[in-house]
Amino acid sequence: MNQLLAVIIDGILYSSWLFVIGVGLTLIYGVMRILNVAHGSLYALGAYAGSSLAGYWISHGYPPLGSYAALLVAAILVGLVASPIIERGLLRLVYGKDEVVLVLVTYSVFLILEDLIKLMWGVDPIFVPEPYGLLGSFSVGDLSYPIYSLALVLVSVLAGIGLTYILNYTRQGKILVAVIHDRETAATLGVNVRLVYFLTFTAGAMLAALGGSLTAPTISVQPGIGVEVIVLAFAVVVIGGLGSLGGAALGALIVGMVRSAAVHYVPQVELFSIYVVMALVLIIRPKGLFAVPEARRI
Amino acid sequence: MVKRSLKVTIASAAVALSSLAGTSAQAADVKPIRIGFVTFLSGPAAGPFGVPARIAAEAVVEAINTGKAPAPYNSKGFGGAPIELAIIDEAGGATKQVSEFRNLIERQKVDFVIGYIGSGDCLAIAPVAEELRKLTVFFDCGTPRVFEEGSYKYVFRTRSHATMDAVAAAKYLQERTPGAKTLAGINQNYAYGQDSWNDFSAAMKTLHPEMTTTTSQMPKFGAGQYGAEISTLLQTNSDIIHSSLWGGDLEAFMLQANPRGLFKKGQLVLVAGEPYLHRLGSNIPDGTLIGARGPNGAYAPDVPINRWLKDLYKTRTGLLPNYPAYSATMALLGLKAAYEKAKVAKLGSTIPMGDNKGVKEEMEKAYAQGPSTEDVIAAFEHLTFDSPAGKVRMALGKGHQAVTGTAYGVTKLVNGVVTLTDIKYYAADQVQPPEGASSMDWIKAGMKPQK
Repeated sequence: MNQLLAVIIDGILYSSWLFVIGVGLTLIYGVMRILNVAHGSLYALGAYAGSSLAGYWISHGYPPLGSYAALLVAAILVGLVASPIIERGLLRLVYGKDEVVLVLVTYSVFLILEDLIKLMWGVDPIFVPEPYGLLGSFSVGDLSYPIYSLALVLVSVLAGIGLTYILNYTRQGKILVAVIHDRETAATLGVNVRLVYFLTFTAGAMLAALGGSLTAPTISVQPGIGVEVIVLAFAVVVIGGLGSLGGAALGALIVGMVRSAAVHYVPQVELFSIYVVMALVLIIRPKGLFAVPEARRI
Repeated sequence: MVKRSLKVTIASAAVALSSLAGTSAQAADVKPIRIGFVTFLSGPAAGPFGVPARIAAEAVVEAINTGKAPAPYNSKGFGGAPIELAIIDEAGGATKQVSEFRNLIERQKVDFVIGYIGSGDCLAIAPVAEELRKLTVFFDCGTPRVFEEGSYKYVFRTRSHATMDAVAAAKYLQERTPGAKTLAGINQNYAYGQDSWNDFSAAMKTLHPEMTTTTSQMPKFGAGQYGAEISTLLQTNSDIIHSSLWGGDLEAFMLQANPRGLFKKGQLVLVAGEPYLHRLGSNIPDGTLIGARGPNGAYAPDVPINRWLKDLYKTRTGLLPNYPAYSATMALLGLKAAYEKAKVAKLGSTIPMGDNKGVKEEMEKAYAQGPSTEDVIAAFEHLTFDSPAGKVRMALGKGHQAVTGTAYGVTKLVNGVVTLTDIKYYAADQVQPPEGASSMDWIKAGMKPQK
């Protein structure tokens, strides 16, 4: 098979994964101006919950296809449980503080959740690979790929289209955009900003957890997986421009393609290829490719 | 000479009797020995490496303290002094580990440090141990560079370095796949992964000069996603695929590569694959060459001390010990052997012969003090001691680096359980460079067995 074609396919698959883990981060930043470091832990919680639920499902002899529903339910549960605790219980107390303070608060949440994960699941890896191989594989030339990887592409496309539609074509989305542009004015006009924040954080948390639960069948779920992911997710959203949905998509695509090309052609530079791209983008456009120009407030 | 032998005999008897008695006045006065034990308690290395090592260390210390370890380790504690472990998490990188190491010594006042699974951590800690003059035993890290690029008085390593894993695998493959022409690798991009690949590819090219390398993939530690790497490996269609991946990285790679048919094409070599056999099950294809970084786990000899470790570990976990558990045990037993040898030597030099007056007092004083760090170092250098993986000789690195033999076998799934067949054992001298030689120079020079 043409190596270029392999680079493109691998790049798209990796980009899809990156988009799923990055989109929630950019959504939360776009609306709430919070760089949520705890996003990595929400991903890890999703992976643990997904593998536990899918593992329970499979080990009890239920129809294996139901394990996909278990992964989805796990992500929703994590969002529904974690969001009220983190957003209502903690973040609302520090709204309006400096962005650095908010980063430190979410970093502390990250550390707490990392330990909580160890308390709940221990340090032994969890291993539920069944959903990964269940759908079979497809071939492109002489390379075969699991169909499960396509499912991840589908989820990322659906997430992208769904969020774009909600933001641009629904009343709730327009309210959200209003809050993004000016929180005070939106509140003056009767928008329940608290509710918007809560729903946004819940959606972001669910997307992070969905990334984790869908990744779980392809990896060994163990403590520390959230750290690697948050670094990559930051790279993606920073390249695209923090808070930009289109930017996250483009950032994921650029990172995915660059990494794939590096692995195929120059594997020695794979480790820093992503960060070289990030540095180059930030030199040319310090706020990312899709950053919206901000009006200067006097 | 006779007088000296007699002194040593008396001293040995004193150590043995008082440590066995446990209630003697001397034993009651002996200060506990604090050992800092550093292993991964969190992060990807915790499950397969760090936690098994900790479980083994705690179990072995308990057995040593109660005098329930088998001979020659059946005296209580270290020469009668009970052992206390101060367990520290190795996660967080080399910089953090250096400060943790300083904390262990300066705040926790440990007498010795045993630890370090990560090669990067070992390379960072060795000069600090030297600076702080604290006897430190590396129990699991693999890079040969510790003693090949440095010379340390206070640092020991009680397991063989990773060159042996690469050389033995290459020798095994010389017989198993004599017609192999192409070689590919996927290893983590840090000290151990790079050293492992460099040694293995050099050994293969020494044994098969016509061998060509098709690709060397170096994903970062903890990458998790290997889609592009697997595509590249598939496209190279290599005869041999080498990997020193371990932990979650190995498991993720196997999970993602197996459904894509990567292992139908080439002979897979997992030099650190032994701890994962029971977990991966059918995700490890039949015929995979498996290493245990020494004659550990499934390759360990059937001797009383190995049976003891298996029982001890199984009682605690329900599982058999994997190679990090063996490594932790070897470090504790090696340090105990060195400490007690030093204590015997010290008592031997303390006992006043020919003068009955003051013998008891002198012995009590010497016994309570124990040997100094320098005494233990002198006893540790070039020591040979028994372990669950067989005899360990501190033969390299001026007596600070252990050598053992090793073994490799291939996997075969039997009734859903992964077993190892066609096991071949290699003596230490066949797979390790001689004292003073660098691993790479020795490999390139033809890997001639030592005389």
